[in-house]
Amino acid sequence: MRAFGTLISRLDSTNKTSLKLEAVDQFLREAPDEDKLWLLALFTGKRPRRKVSTTLLKDWVMEQTGIPEWLFRESYAAVGDLAETISLLLPEPDRYDDRSLSEWMEEILVVGEKPDAEKKEFVLRAWHMLPHQERFIFNKLLGGSFRVGLSSAGLINALARHYELDPNAVAHAIMGDWGPESVAFESLVRGHYANTSLSKPYPFCLAYAVEKEVEELGEITDWQAEYKWDGIRGQFIRREGEVFIWSRGEELVTDQFPEIRDALLSWKDDFVLDGEILVFKDGAVQNFSELQKRLNRKTITKKIMDDLPVVVYAYDLLEYRGKDIREEPMICRRKRLEVLFAGNLTAPFYLSTVIEPSDWEQLKQLRLESRGVNSEGLMLKHRQSPYHTGRKKGDWWKWKTDPLTIDAVLVYAQKGSGRRSGYYTDYTFAVRQGDNLVTIAKAYSGLTDKEIQEVSRFVNQNALEKFGPVRTVKPELVFEIAFEGIGFSSRHKSGVALRFPRILRWRKDKKADEIDDIEEIKKLIV
Amino acid sequence: MLTFTNSGFYCEPGRFYIDPWRPVDRAVITHGHGDHARPGMGSYLCHTHTVPVLRSRLGEDIQVEGVPYGRLLSVNGVKVSLHPAGHIVGSAQVRMEYRGKVVVISGDYKTQDDGLSTPLEIIRCHEFVTESTFGLPIYNWTPVATQNEALRSWVAGNQAAGKTSVLVGYSLGKAQRIMKALESMAPLHVHASIGRLNQAYESAGVTLPEYKVINFYEDVRHLNGAVVIVPPSLLHSNLLQKIPNRAEALCSGWMQVRGARRWRSADAGFAISDHADWNGLLQTITATEAEKVYVTHGQTAVFARYLNEAGIPAGEVKTEFGDEEGPESIPAGTSPDKMGDA
Repeated sequence: MRAFGTLISRLDSTNKTSLKLEAVDQFLREAPDEDKLWLLALFTGKRPRRKVSTTLLKDWVMEQTGIPEWLFRESYAAVGDLAETISLLLPEPDRYDDRSLSEWMEEILVVGEKPDAEKKEFVLRAWHMLPHQERFIFNKLLGGSFRVGLSSAGLINALARHYELDPNAVAHAIMGDWGPESVAFESLVRGHYANTSLSKPYPFCLAYAVEKEVEELGEITDWQAEYKWDGIRGQFIRREGEVFIWSRGEELVTDQFPEIRDALLSWKDDFVLDGEILVFKDGAVQNFSELQKRLNRKTITKKIMDDLPVVVYAYDLLEYRGKDIREEPMICRRKRLEVLFAGNLTAPFYLSTVIEPSDWEQLKQLRLESRGVNSEGLMLKHRQSPYHTGRKKGDWWKWKTDPLTIDAVLVYAQKGSGRRSGYYTDYTFAVRQGDNLVTIAKAYSGLTDKEIQEVSRFVNQNALEKFGPVRTVKPELVFEIAFEGIGFSSRHKSGVALRFPRILRWRKDKKADEIDDIEEIKKLIV
Repeated sequence: MLTFTNSGFYCEPGRFYIDPWRPVDRAVITHGHGDHARPGMGSYLCHTHTVPVLRSRLGEDIQVEGVPYGRLLSVNGVKVSLHPAGHIVGSAQVRMEYRGKVVVISGDYKTQDDGLSTPLEIIRCHEFVTESTFGLPIYNWTPVATQNEALRSWVAGNQAAGKTSVLVGYSLGKAQRIMKALESMAPLHVHASIGRLNQAYESAGVTLPEYKVINFYEDVRHLNGAVVIVPPSLLHSNLLQKIPNRAEALCSGWMQVRGARRWRSADAGFAISDHADWNGLLQTITATEAEKVYVTHGQTAVFARYLNEAGIPAGEVKTEFGDEEGPESIPAGTSPDKMGDA
């Protein structure tokens, strides 16, 4: 696992894309094929589930080191990563055994199904023979989750460069339902499995946010305008009588939506659709919070399907009767989509409505009103645009409604994890409730590194109380919080829940007595 | 004997302060870092090697007396002596004895022998004042030889790739230690703030490896393969950008944690510290056989609690000593001279 350890170290220690590519390139030259496959699997979300629970790992490391639980928690708070904390707490290994990444993965997969005692023996043995960096990686592999400083797009670029291939082709080749045990690395990257797998989705075409005045985009008639929905973007595949539903996170969610699956099965033709899964009830699209209630459930009961019925708004057609039509212009693909629907009028599939405004003014008005139908704003797609791979500037734009904002005061801070461990990066904000404060949102992002350092200093100097890793701070710093939606919620003390809250800016010009009042905020709810 | 005041540790019978942070008449100084040696004191007493450092940093006109390790002084009836703390060259623990009771203020210390500073001396005492900068069990340093080997192999790798190695470390202590570790490997260039402190040490008879002071306002493109040592404030500065084809490494105990390494986004991070690690703190405290331990700057709450649970009565003391090696001392933009180095 030494080569893999070196790769992770090198990826960690630079922000420069060129050096990251170089690090991957070195790994591709040095590592055995099985390890390369695992790299790909781990980086593209095809990792196995957690094989050993964090509770067990925590118990074993406390037993091995003799440190009390509270001290373990303090250590964890300072490191911000469980796998790393464990590795740092353990004593130096007494021997070294260089096994490959795939050998470790195979052992982990086997031992994952064994009783706890066997798991323990295996884990302790590994802990005693691996130096820190590899021990840390081993712990990560046990947990099934691994984030390093490389996006899947970065990895795809590195692979494309190494094998002198087109990045889009590589992206397609490595998507889908392969497992590290059943394919050969180079064949996979070169797309040899691309046609054999019926489930293979296409990379999603993504849009950038409109940056300038929409008038500058030219003639409105060149653009197809649709509502931008806040649900789960998905790809709906029907090939040779089999159906697959992929989420944008490249997760196969077919069985999470039985009603959509069954509808797809009843259609004729082979096709791949791009669309949005939404909860639709009482004649209207519902807030994302409703859809959320259906996610990550083991079984979808009839009651859930009755209470939270879903529909699909279809945006695009990517493949028809086995032919990839992504290069055809939007206007043609839309036409084909309409024809496909005409022949298969099945709920819960609906065509995404194309808005036909007379001018930009009218469209602007529609955008302002879009929150009223629970839409996030509008999408503008050039009628001549192909269905791009990933995010390309110019052909597709998202034109979201301006976020709602409130002014709130910082009341709790907690140290971040990963890259930001050591700084206070996780904040809880409060607004006024009469003469008191009531917490309204947590936010992790929106500040620059420099501002984070400044806030951290303030927290260090103004901490009032300490609850484990959380600090209560003097309510003094005012921030403008932006969010996409707001609804009543019985689970929150304030009585409201914000969707996608984030820090818009630090209002150094405002004092704590200038923050918003909860009663005023409730009036924002539609 | 010892009271904790708003100005710092006060030895009441001796009528002097140790590392005070507000101006007082008489100050005993453990070492030359900015948060322990502050300006404005009526008189300073410190180890001989620290004298020129204080003069360089606080002004030539300060009234300062230097004493060697182990020399017994009597200050208003209190027996006072300085003993090696192993933190940096000239760093000292202050031992005070009055009416049969011994109190030791250790300042900052480490148990590892860095090859340059006089190694820590264990002093048996009744009360021991300890730092706790790295007072968490996740902080355990590799042996100095291993650290130096890692530094040298990193520099060798850069040399092979035709790169200039830029090492970032505090100008007082860490910089000299890095110089020592890389001695004779490559020409050593240091930033002016480090050069000044090197001179101060040399004037006190400390021998340092050969070095040159780098002038960033002249052409620095000829440095290929060389080693450049700069203080943390220069990281991400425009000055460093002038060195083409460089690789940057941070040398700090905080580099032990991956998140800290990634946050600073240098090309490498070496967990090399002039502070004691977790085991170093515990071993030292145990060896002093102190009946009462006072925990200052760093992980005070955690460390004091741990000591108490381990049967060593300990209390937290709030001081104004910086978290000198702390994450916040690293941002760019501060002048090197104002840094609380560690």
